[in-house]
Amino acid sequence: MAVATLNRKIYVWQLAVRFYHWLNAACIVTLAITGYLIGNPPAILSSSEASFSYWFGTVRFLHFLAAFIFFFNFLFRIYWGFVGNRFARWNNFIPLKKEQWREIWQVLCFDILQICIKPFKSIGHNSLAGFTYFITFLVFLFQAITGFGMYSAMSDAWLPNLFSWVVPFLGGDFAVRQWHHLMLWFFIIFAMIHVYLVFYHDYVEGRGTISSMAGGWKFIERK
Amino acid sequence: MNEKPLTIYEEIRAKGYSRRDFLKFCSWMAAFIGIEASGVGSIVHAMETKSRLPVVWFHFQECTCCSESFLRSSHPIVADIILDKISLDYTETLQAAAGYQAEEALQNTMKKYKGKYLMLVEGSVPVENDGVYCCIGGKSALNIVKDAAENAKAIISWGSCASWGCIQSAKPNPTGATPVHKIISNKPIINVPGCPPIADVMAGTIVYLLTFDRIPQLDGLGRPKTFYSRRVHDTCYRRANYDAGLFVESFDDENAKRGYCLYKVGCKGPVTYNSCAVIKWNNGVSYPIQSGHPCLGCSQENFWDNGPFYQHLSSFPGFGIETTADDIGIFLGVATAVGIAAHAVSTNIRKRKQIKEEVDNHRVTAQKEEGGE
Repeated sequence: MAVATLNRKIYVWQLAVRFYHWLNAACIVTLAITGYLIGNPPAILSSSEASFSYWFGTVRFLHFLAAFIFFFNFLFRIYWGFVGNRFARWNNFIPLKKEQWREIWQVLCFDILQICIKPFKSIGHNSLAGFTYFITFLVFLFQAITGFGMYSAMSDAWLPNLFSWVVPFLGGDFAVRQWHHLMLWFFIIFAMIHVYLVFYHDYVEGRGTISSMAGGWKFIERK
Repeated sequence: MNEKPLTIYEEIRAKGYSRRDFLKFCSWMAAFIGIEASGVGSIVHAMETKSRLPVVWFHFQECTCCSESFLRSSHPIVADIILDKISLDYTETLQAAAGYQAEEALQNTMKKYKGKYLMLVEGSVPVENDGVYCCIGGKSALNIVKDAAENAKAIISWGSCASWGCIQSAKPNPTGATPVHKIISNKPIINVPGCPPIADVMAGTIVYLLTFDRIPQLDGLGRPKTFYSRRVHDTCYRRANYDAGLFVESFDDENAKRGYCLYKVGCKGPVTYNSCAVIKWNNGVSYPIQSGHPCLGCSQENFWDNGPFYQHLSSFPGFGIETTADDIGIFLGVATAVGIAAHAVSTNIRKRKQIKEEVDNHRVTAQKEEGGE
């Protein structure tokens, strides 16, 4: 029978990577929803005194709590980029080699023009995806820095106060809030494209892209 | 004539204030500056022993609201001691002298009290085209500032103009309006921002200088920490409404009457560092939020370029008036969704062909293998 079409099973995403991914996703969803509410709170009419309720304070608390988890989870992922397996390594994310750039063009051709059907060399992240995640890491960092910068004004803790230079550096409180808010949309748009492309690649490549982030396995064509 | 110059206390007494008034003033000042009760004694002592502090007060690109504010400070002695007694040797707005006499007074003070006089600046300094946009007595504000700063003991930048540039430095800033601290770098400069600054903050800053003979502790932006280390938002009496999520939606609604938080009608309290909610204005009567109006953030740098005033999110530069980050985000989000939908449709058209080819391939391979056996 058709031996050539049998697939090889490869353990790509280690438990640590999967754990990071889903915790990160949960944090981002929480941060995006609470962040949007902080920027645009809904209209509420209440007959009771302000001292009896604290929902907006709770929303802000959840935002700060999720932000701390998000930040440390991100630090953990950076650490894992140096000790994890070859699919988790830092060099998947920064295209330093020529072949990574070649693959970026190949993926663009595959994703947008939908004509280059050759399977990719990369088994984990393809080079374009890796590079995109590198950009999201920079945005993570930006959100963390601006977030802690704003938070430092109302905190005595040493960690946020490491970032008290941020607000004057970026041109004042108005500007920092505006940029922090605008980047919320980066996450929303990233999530839309990311989820779609996962479905797309799973569908077109047939390597089990979606399930790989749950079980860790991918299925690669045997040569 | 007196051999020894009168002390400030003596001058205050001569002016007709009782000792009781004087002590009340000192305690008041101690409270504003935020020093402990035992510190009142140091202020009293300083006032009783020190004599006039030579002061030159310049007016450049400004509206004189700082001076106006100063006149309305909580205690009349404040205006009296600064404007009459602490020897305001030169100030364009209030001095009796004019023309050559005024300029002479300035030159005399700068010569006589070299390295000792306090330089107060109200207004920003235009630097475009050699500073021709603000000239006094034939000299540009830029040259006046540089000359006077040369031998000044310290400089206080009154108000948002002298501290940040204020409205005249709003984009595109045609005159190149520049705050003092960006022109002078080798002198201690205290920024006392606000449009105008609170009178008692101004008085407190001067009394501190007078009492302790050193500049108050400043934050990273050169503002006295005592007055500018807390946000209006964190000291606001309406804060409980914010935490409870109770907001004014429009100025004529029920919520406005109930005194809910003004966050959604553009209050800049959360980004504004000032003492408005603590010291308040005009003898502690009120402050903007207490009067039902959102804070404009007048003591913050660039507040003039971060409008509109009555909207929480500032409009985004380069995208037209009142376009916020959310408008841009929603536009990009919709564009992305449309792109994804189009992509999904084309993928499915192509994929059907691919699957068909693959199935055909299988059939061919299978037939070949069967034939080979």
